[in-house]
Amino acid sequence: MAVARRPLLRKTLLHVGLVPFLLFALFPFYHMTLTSLKQDRELYDRHAVPLIIRQGPTLEHYTKLLWETEFLTWTKNSLLVTALATGASLLIGTMAAYALARLKFFGVASFGTGIFVTYLVPTTLLFLPLAQVVNWLGLGDSKWALVLTYPTFLVPFCTWLLMGYFRTVPKEVEECAMVDGATRIQALWRIVLPIAVPGLVCAALFAFTLSWNEFIYALTFTSSSEQITASVGVTSELIRGDIYFWGELMAGAILGSVPIVVLYVFFLDYYVSGLTAGAIK
Amino acid sequence: MAVRVEEIQVPRGRPRLADRVRGWLDREGILGPVFVTPALLLLLLLVAYPFLMALYFSLSNAFIGRPSQFIGIQNFVKLWESDAFRQTFQNAFVFTGIAVLFKVVLGIALALLLNQQLWFKRLIRGVVLLPWVIPTALSTLGWWWMFNSLYSVVNWTGIALGIMDPPGPNWLGQKHYAMAAVIAVNIWRGLPFFAITILAALVAIPRELYEAAEADGAGANARFWHITLPLLKPVLAVVVLFSTIFTFSDFNIVYVLTRGGPVNSTHLFATLSRVVGIDTGRIGEGAAISLYLFPILVFVVWAQLRFVRKQAY
Repeated sequence: MAVARRPLLRKTLLHVGLVPFLLFALFPFYHMTLTSLKQDRELYDRHAVPLIIRQGPTLEHYTKLLWETEFLTWTKNSLLVTALATGASLLIGTMAAYALARLKFFGVASFGTGIFVTYLVPTTLLFLPLAQVVNWLGLGDSKWALVLTYPTFLVPFCTWLLMGYFRTVPKEVEECAMVDGATRIQALWRIVLPIAVPGLVCAALFAFTLSWNEFIYALTFTSSSEQITASVGVTSELIRGDIYFWGELMAGAILGSVPIVVLYVFFLDYYVSGLTAGAIK
Repeated sequence: MAVRVEEIQVPRGRPRLADRVRGWLDREGILGPVFVTPALLLLLLLVAYPFLMALYFSLSNAFIGRPSQFIGIQNFVKLWESDAFRQTFQNAFVFTGIAVLFKVVLGIALALLLNQQLWFKRLIRGVVLLPWVIPTALSTLGWWWMFNSLYSVVNWTGIALGIMDPPGPNWLGQKHYAMAAVIAVNIWRGLPFFAITILAALVAIPRELYEAAEADGAGANARFWHITLPLLKPVLAVVVLFSTIFTFSDFNIVYVLTRGGPVNSTHLFATLSRVVGIDTGRIGEGAAISLYLFPILVFVVWAQLRFVRKQAY
């Protein structure tokens, strides 16, 4: 009980308990960054200490990545696919979520269950038949196949998340507007959506993150260097026959994560609330 | 009460088309279906239809670029006779069981720590959540390098601390070590989801319960087992069900780290199905493999609907 009586000691012990967790979470990123900044001479010296840079950092791997590979093309593809898929899913998801949260119509309950079920369908269950569908549509090896298929997991997610937010908007607010002569769509546009902005931001962030991070569809539906996304490009085109590719590979993995990290730093609280809303609501 | 527009406006003659459309859109029975149509079409054409295709493929000898024939359950029979598939089946349960167990236990521990008064609370939360937001395929490349047979920093550290005998295990080249490595990366990637969700549930437990228990002389242990854990149960159930389906169907980690090797010892349904269905072109057999994820999906959906979300959808 000595610990309980000394708050500062207790607090320090708590932080000590957190250290292993924080090391576990951060170490891979630290090591990746270090590797990407090391000179090859030190990187492949088996007697060097791998945890620090002794012989001076270098940006050589980054310049090689940017100017001698197609990395910028892959990143552009990722941005295009992610932006379009996110925008479309947000629009479709908002409409569906509003209908589920507010309107009474034939089949609403079964549609809600359908959304919930597809929310849980893993992408790995359907990638084979979807590859066939994509080929039939003439979108084989095209980034447009990704714009088309990513909404299959983004829409259920956005709908589910936004439904929760729409339910928190009091019905009376909307009804007041409608009594004053606004149509339902005007009420949605001017009253409900502005109140639900945090939910919309949250859904947009998660949709962006999910589609930026998507891997198996991108790997299966696209293959040529002009069409693939950053994750696929880095994992499949930077690995060469000889073993000395690690610096560039780690540089690619880091730069490929930058857009997500930037969003993450600015919107951390939205990530936390969206993560818990998705599971708890 | 919503007053419908057509009840107020008394239409004289034929109203303009735009007005009529506007009037229709004000009726819930019309606006509802209009609003769900895009989502419904998407889910029918790109989820339900491919699912039916997967069912058909699994019962056919579909091969890339060749017409297929119905062959009944031959694919499933053939799979059960193949060592690779039986190994995969076993791997999937070992992988999911161990990974989810660790994520629950470590997740509760981490959430309890995060629920205390901490310095730099926001920063710490940010760090904890980081592995979950970074693209898994890319962060797993980092782990691939950390487990490299020649330059493994894990082994270097282990040897330096005196825990491992040089040269240390060849992580991705030996059966059980490879499985341990894949599980470790899955725990690393999934722990934030558990910790943050459980933390949200912890915050919601009323403080008075603990104060009352303390007044009755309950120690920290008793309070955890009799207050915290029972009240966490519903959230733990949701999180475990969620994680079970997504761990079971994992692809990225195994694909990047081991490609299912050595000798199929880390293959999961998704990775094996890709090898069979795409790399060797036997779509029928590949679809049959990935359909093994379906019973798990059905179970999770059933459990969620039955126990967790008692209210409709």
